[in-house]
Amino acid sequence: MIARDVRPAAPALDRTILGMFLFIASEAIFFLSIVVAYLASREPGLADARANLDLGRTAIFSVALFSSSATVAVANARRDVRWLGATMLLGAIFLVGQGSEYARLATIGIGPSSALFGTTFFTLTGLHGAHVLVGLIALAALAAATTRRTRGVGPITWEAVSLYWHFVDAVWVVVFSVVYLGTFL
Amino acid sequence: MSAVPLWVARPAGASAAGWLRTVDHKEIGVLYIGMGVALFALGGIESLVMRAQLATPNARLVDPELYDQLFTVHGVTMMLLAVVPLLVGFANYLVPLMIGAPDVAYPRLNALSFWLSLVGAIVVYFSWIAGGAPDAGWFSYPPLAERAFAPGPGVDYYILGLAVNGAGTIIGAINLAVTILLMRAPGLRISRLPLFVWMTLVTSFLILGAYPALSGGLVMLFVDRQLGGHFFDPTAGGQPLLWQHVFWFFGHPEVYILVLPAMGMVSEVIPVFSGKPIFGYRFVAASSVAIGFLSFSVWAHHMFAVGLNEFETLLFSVTSMLIAIPTGVKIFNWTATMIGGRIRLLTPMLFAIGFIAMFVIGGLTGVSLAVVPLDLQTTDTYYVVGHLHYVLFGGTMLGVFAGAYYWFPKMTGRLLSERLGRWHFWTAFVGLNLTFLPMHWLGVQGMARRMWTYAADTGWGPWNFVETAGAFVLAVSMAIFALNVVRSLRGGAIAGDDPWDAFTLEWTTTSPPPPENFRTLPAVTSRRPLWDRKHPEMRDAS
Repeated sequence: MIARDVRPAAPALDRTILGMFLFIASEAIFFLSIVVAYLASREPGLADARANLDLGRTAIFSVALFSSSATVAVANARRDVRWLGATMLLGAIFLVGQGSEYARLATIGIGPSSALFGTTFFTLTGLHGAHVLVGLIALAALAAATTRRTRGVGPITWEAVSLYWHFVDAVWVVVFSVVYLGTFL
Repeated sequence: MSAVPLWVARPAGASAAGWLRTVDHKEIGVLYIGMGVALFALGGIESLVMRAQLATPNARLVDPELYDQLFTVHGVTMMLLAVVPLLVGFANYLVPLMIGAPDVAYPRLNALSFWLSLVGAIVVYFSWIAGGAPDAGWFSYPPLAERAFAPGPGVDYYILGLAVNGAGTIIGAINLAVTILLMRAPGLRISRLPLFVWMTLVTSFLILGAYPALSGGLVMLFVDRQLGGHFFDPTAGGQPLLWQHVFWFFGHPEVYILVLPAMGMVSEVIPVFSGKPIFGYRFVAASSVAIGFLSFSVWAHHMFAVGLNEFETLLFSVTSMLIAIPTGVKIFNWTATMIGGRIRLLTPMLFAIGFIAMFVIGGLTGVSLAVVPLDLQTTDTYYVVGHLHYVLFGGTMLGVFAGAYYWFPKMTGRLLSERLGRWHFWTAFVGLNLTFLPMHWLGVQGMARRMWTYAADTGWGPWNFVETAGAFVLAVSMAIFALNVVRSLRGGAIAGDDPWDAFTLEWTTTSPPPPENFRTLPAVTSRRPLWDRKHPEMRDAS
């Protein structure tokens, strides 16, 4: 008869993964405070937002970021550097899109100091963009380590990096909804 | 056989480079505690200057500008830069030992979080020599903290320093939480955790929930000040009150971040010195979790005077009163633990009992401040200053001293002197009551906090003089503690592994513990594994 109380040898949750989850939770609170600030300042800035944001263009670039969650999942499942490359490409396309949106707004005189809308818009999307950049660096470091090290990189590292990337993506779902969809729909 | 202090026994030798590159949780714990003590001394000196200025009416010891900087940096120091590192230091040192682990989950991240915390504190203090310290209060309310009204660099150093310090604190909290959740010794179920570990776990989650909100607020203030933003600028449609909401969403859990670990220390000391297991273990643990949750729903009681609507006022008044219930549960549990016990009134126990008495006073005045009409009369007066110092000095600091006397022998191998310890306790007890008790009636009489001086015809002079005298008694008390530590390190009595006939795992290893913490671990079948080993005939049931 098989004993019922035999436990699995490995702990249910790896410590790196749990740590990454807690880190993501703290980052979520951080973004929440900025999103709340954006919403609290929404009314005075709404006319500016309607007049100046480009929903269609940003939607297209957002699709690039959203699809990168799929590519990183495939990369993680197959431990495949080429899929990491695809993820980085999509992330970079998104950043270029954001950059062009910033440049366009700058040419019509909208910046962090121009009015309340500029302050909240650039703070929220800028902080998200900075997180995308950090994610790209993490992906690049993972790709470099995987190709250089003879014994490769452990599965936990793949898992942790892709978790972070999913989070960056999920934050954009919220930011895009609040800033773009919330303005036009 | 002679016990050698940790800083001599450490594997890397007593070199400065060894301390810089250490990743051992005990050494990082000592670094944290050292940082906390240094900043506590700085914050204490700032308060002594303020008390000297306030000792008599119309005094001119410092000018108003310097006074503003003193109370701001004193608050920032005590709330964020001194006591948090002290508590995190004890947790760093003790948690792995109390759960039978060789180290924390991420030793190198642990070093990073300490150095970030320290650099953040240095950035704040650097402002003193770089154009002026922050002077808009520890909570830096806009519009006062905006560029227009605080044109100097002080608030920018505040933003930068607290952001870096906060990053370190957040990383440290992740580390402690993962350590407690995943690295416990076999048999040490979560329902058997020592209560200090329980409260460290709750505190870690409070840090993870609260500190990121502060970081978010700091970013917004930075954008306003440095990039010409308008978050808190009412002339452009921004809202100064937004900052208050974000800040106190952090700020009130911060109070419990400072109090819960001290409650944990007291929860270890009282059972050992009463010779009994804690009364109602599950209630003590569960009430900490309840305090943790409630602490995120009380923040606007700091804002009754700003004109919240009736619903918000009622809501935050009720939640603030509710939090007294789990706190009261703990008070009853500690008291019930002592009833019928064989009480040994040694220094750790003196401080633990002092903690209960003083914390009850601070807690009761806290409930009174949740009563909105009373709050509206006393907000921003010395009544609030008195209240918060009973909680944070009478509570947290007496608890930390209880823990310090209790665990110092484990950390150094030597006992602190009982005689000096009693002097330390009684001078601290008398000093803190002299300093903080009169603040209550001065506040009710209308003495506003943060005022630089006052006129003689207010009649506040005599009690202010008493407070100042009390503050200097406290300073003497701290000097006695310092003397006690120095003398003990030089030639204190050898402690041995288990000087207090204690219950928990940290006392099963040597004092100080070896780098790997444990050579052998006793089997853990209850909440008091060491007690079980010493008294197999009286093993705990669970």
